[in-house]
Amino acid sequence: MVIDLKKLTIKSTKEHFKNGDFSAMELAEAYIKNIEQKNPEINAYLEVFDDVMEQAKVADKILKNDSEQRLLTGIPIAVKDNILIKGKTASAASKILEKHKAVYDATVISKLKDHGMVFLGRTNMDEFAMGGSTENSAFGVTKNPTDTSRVPGGSSGGSAATVAMEGALCALGSDTGGSIRQPASFCGVVGLKPTYGAVSRYGLMAMASSLDQIGTFGKTVEDTEILFNAIKGADKMDSTSVPEKHKVVCSEKEKLTIGVPRDFLESGVDNDILGSFNKSLDVLRNKGHKVLDISLPNIKYSLAAYYIIMPAEVSSNLARFDGVRYGLHMSGENIIDDYIKTRGHGFGEETRRRILLGTYVLSSGYYDAYYNKANAVRRLITSDFENIFKEVDVIATPTSPTPAFKIGEKKDDPLQMYLADIFTVPANIAGIPAISVPSDTVEIDGKNLPVGIQFMSPHFYENLLFRIGKDIEDVK
Amino acid sequence: MIEKKDVEKLAELSRIDISEDEKKMFIKDFDAILGYVSEIQKVSALEPKPQAGKLRNIMREDENPHKSGEFTKAILEEAPSVKNGYVKVKKIL
Repeated sequence: MVIDLKKLTIKSTKEHFKNGDFSAMELAEAYIKNIEQKNPEINAYLEVFDDVMEQAKVADKILKNDSEQRLLTGIPIAVKDNILIKGKTASAASKILEKHKAVYDATVISKLKDHGMVFLGRTNMDEFAMGGSTENSAFGVTKNPTDTSRVPGGSSGGSAATVAMEGALCALGSDTGGSIRQPASFCGVVGLKPTYGAVSRYGLMAMASSLDQIGTFGKTVEDTEILFNAIKGADKMDSTSVPEKHKVVCSEKEKLTIGVPRDFLESGVDNDILGSFNKSLDVLRNKGHKVLDISLPNIKYSLAAYYIIMPAEVSSNLARFDGVRYGLHMSGENIIDDYIKTRGHGFGEETRRRILLGTYVLSSGYYDAYYNKANAVRRLITSDFENIFKEVDVIATPTSPTPAFKIGEKKDDPLQMYLADIFTVPANIAGIPAISVPSDTVEIDGKNLPVGIQFMSPHFYENLLFRIGKDIEDVK
Repeated sequence: MIEKKDVEKLAELSRIDISEDEKKMFIKDFDAILGYVSEIQKVSALEPKPQAGKLRNIMREDENPHKSGEFTKAILEEAPSVKNGYVKVKKIL
């Protein structure tokens, strides 16, 4: 049969496998053909693996006497270039790691290998996950499949774009300040940032360790949910992952109360986006949910606190790239000179900017005014969320204040680029889960650009996000 | 206000070689970014007390070590310079 990639979801693919409509090998071949056609222009993949067909062959063997009936066996997935797959290059889209081969599997990868998933390749991103457009990749920008003059968002832009262009059925990304949700919104796919600690970060290259989280992309809420359930859980290799027993159980309520932080939405949001957001709220009201305005007094300081805490952690995490144990090495007059040359040559502009900024906020004399103050503000924001979640089940905002912007539009103004994270950063600051679901499109220059709506819920209540996300999806 | 010598000091502390053009750019960027993040100074409220039980140490027994040398070859293959099973660097003393 001719495989219509557009129509496939994880569950429907499982049915097709069962009915013998096509095999995992035939499916992998269909994706590879589509990638060969579209990737030269979109540049979503940095590399398509050479063993895809072998992986699919193994999956077909499992499917043949499929005793476990696992949903993900034979499902093709794309992986962000900062998540380690043993024996494959993992470069974080940086020159400093261009030829670096992973020596072990990330926990999420070994879990998915165990399911018999087919890893298609590694996707483009902003260098070390720093950016909101993939323009900071050392290997060229990824283009938005809807309008190739625009960015796909970032930093997980390649993962979002490949799901949007039918280059993979689902994908993994990482989200430190919105790096899954914002590109999902720009590309018209679903993106989930789980609760901090819900998914092991072992084998994810650290950017800002107290904010980073691996998450999932899919065409539907259900697909991101299935993938999330496969990768979640405590891991002895990540001491910040949370044991199952600490998790709160959430009761299934029929109708939810949705909080909208109105005063936070007042400035800097495109009129189109705000109009579309209000339309989505009407949809939810019509479904019987209650929508009410809420106030989160300190949420407006999230972005400022984020752009102190994040670079501080970046500056220490990226100290490991010194040209000694792995990656690029440039030789100088002495060992200190080696470091200076290697890092000067290997790191891109935004990475250098954040390392220097992080060094500044951590330096003696400024530490209290910036870093310590930001951490205090962080605790205030977290407690704002804890208090408001006594009154509402989920919080809704637009995912991004604008639709996908033009390639080059914000490249020379880092602060403007940072402001694009305004609605996604608070969830990372508080460690709560959040999802972006495609809700609408806005027409600009004759193109219908995707727009997403974001929902946030209390720690470990991902199930509420899936429920409310599916209600938005139903109508679309 | 950030000055050129500040950026040079940060680059030195970070062990990163940066060009003259980049210094100029970073001076401009850092003024804008630090101006923005300084907003948090306006927050005057006392931070909430840390709640007990939120953070906990994750410890493990020091047992079942993996076989000596099991990963050595794969790890050394990633190192730019190696000698006799060690990572090689220029002298440090």
